[in-house]
Amino acid sequence: MTELLIPFEYDYMLRAMGISALVGAVAGLLSCYVVLKGWSLMGDALSHAIVPGVVLAWLGGIPFAIGAFASGMLAALAMAGLRGRTPIREDAVIGVVFTGFFGLGLFLLSLFPSNVRLQTIIFGNVLGIADADIIQMAIIAVVVALVLGIWGRDLMLSLFDPVQLVAAGGNPSHMRVLLLMLLAATAVAGLQAVGAILVIGMLVTPGATAYLLADRFGRMAAIATFIGAATGLIGAYASYFLDGSTGGSIVALQAAIFVVVLVFAPKHGIRASRRAAAHAVAEPVP
Amino acid sequence: MDGALAHPIGTRAGLSVEGVSVAYPNGHLALRDASFTLAPGTVCGLVGVNGSGKSTLFKAIMGLVRPSAGQVRIGGEKVQAALKRNLVAYVPQAEEVDWSFPVGVRDVVMMGRYGHMNILRLPRTADHQAVDAALARVGMADLAERQIGELSGGQRKRVFLARALAQGGELLLLDEPFTGVDVTTEDAIVDLLKQLREEGRIILVSTHNLGSVPTFCDHVVLVNRTVLAAGPTPEVFTGPNLLRAFGGALRQHSLPEQAKAHAPLEAGHVVVLSDDERPLVMAPDGRVLGRLTQDL
Ligand SMILES: Nc1ncnc2c1ncn2[C@@H]1O[C@H](COP(=O)(O)OP(=O)(O)O)[C@@H](O)[C@H]1O
Ligand SMILES: [Mg+2]
Repeated sequence: MTELLIPFEYDYMLRAMGISALVGAVAGLLSCYVVLKGWSLMGDALSHAIVPGVVLAWLGGIPFAIGAFASGMLAALAMAGLRGRTPIREDAVIGVVFTGFFGLGLFLLSLFPSNVRLQTIIFGNVLGIADADIIQMAIIAVVVALVLGIWGRDLMLSLFDPVQLVAAGGNPSHMRVLLLMLLAATAVAGLQAVGAILVIGMLVTPGATAYLLADRFGRMAAIATFIGAATGLIGAYASYFLDGSTGGSIVALQAAIFVVVLVFAPKHGIRASRRAAAHAVAEPVP
Repeated sequence: MDGALAHPIGTRAGLSVEGVSVAYPNGHLALRDASFTLAPGTVCGLVGVNGSGKSTLFKAIMGLVRPSAGQVRIGGEKVQAALKRNLVAYVPQAEEVDWSFPVGVRDVVMMGRYGHMNILRLPRTADHQAVDAALARVGMADLAERQIGELSGGQRKRVFLARALAQGGELLLLDEPFTGVDVTTEDAIVDLLKQLREEGRIILVSTHNLGSVPTFCDHVVLVNRTVLAAGPTPEVFTGPNLLRAFGGALRQHSLPEQAKAHAPLEAGHVVVLSDDERPLVMAPDGRVLGRLTQDL
């Protein structure tokens, strides 16, 4: 029994669990907006597109978060620029741009194969993060949470009914850019917790799960935030014993919760839908 | 509400659309040189076939598309300034709403108050009161806690009307409010629009439902890629004008002599125009007599 408490005795474990819970919570909150906007592919694209920025920032000796964010924004600009100017469909544009950026990132990384810090950042290993990088992640998470605290309602309105936001004197395209920036920033923070390939899981799965459980945005946001925080904490904790991939355990745990909810959710689950359909058929016609 | 206090009825400037042309990025010129004006206290029908530019005109009035020529003035102000002052409320077409979105009836109506709140959009007592009053006014107070997808077609329409009421404002835009709505709800909506007119607001209603236009619109704007005619209903809503606006899109039936003998209409050639379930009946001189409530 006491063996299970060992991770709590190490400072580095406490830090790892704390930061992955924090990043998980913020990514979970943001995932609600991603899911409702239908931006899973965009999130995937951004989280891959930040990789070359990480390597270049390291080469230039600037904080990796800044390089990563800049690289994500550059990719978003490239996608926006191409969308209006070619007859190619949007998903193809996104696919080309993000694999291009990711490929460049992996190539740059392969030039420095022995750099453990870069490997840690890009492939995600929450137990091996440098303190300076933990601080960067924490700052990003807090800023994203604050921004959502201020503009979250406008953002939600821009997803539900952008014209009403206009009627209220707001601007939906500002909200689009804001969501893009929050997505890139959160991907930067999530990168080190789970790695570039799995970040998208944290940015979609909690929101998708919560969507099945809630009929109000506030509840959905609370559930997704909780799932993100809990899985982040448990994933980091488990990786002490499993000696396996932290990212893998966090994202796989989220997916497992999703599957359970998908089947058993009281209202929007598969079983509930079947029951409701059977009930409707059995009901006498009035 | 604030607006109504600042500008007592009678001193408010209305809506003016002056020479507005709108081209979409693909080069399609959806509106050319469209002009009309409306005074406060008017219910105006925006009438035209599908694709004639009704929604485009709404977008131009809300500043969602930038006219390539001409200008829109709301209460004497440019569109952006009018929007900042919450002067424009709108009710979307039902097809444009995501009914599975996780919002409740009360949440939607509260969205009408966003423009009155500070940046954090935290509702105050006045906002809650406005929402409650609006819900009561459309008869939706009992359903306030439902998710919007759990409502009937008519109830869904009322929610968005309540949102517009909670917002207040001088100009109310309704895009095809009668599509997919039962007769009871249609009557309730019309009653509400008439009340709003008495409060001195301008209500602009797009519809291709010809039969109901003369029953509640005191002005009509006929569109077909431009404004064909605009003015008081008796002057504009005439057979020749409608044929110009609708062309081949209307089914035109001339009643046989026997049917006319039973109908309490003037002698001569009665014409029934219909584009949907509510046919319009016109006298030989093109005057609109009313709408058909029963099948012939
Ligand atoms: N976003 C758009 N891009 C290009 N053409 C459009 C767009 N929206 C509408 N149109 C075209 O403009 C014309 C007017 O459309 P619309 O204003 O929606 O008509 P209505 O509301 O009267 O049915 C139509 O021919 C339509 O195809
Ligand atoms: Mg339309």
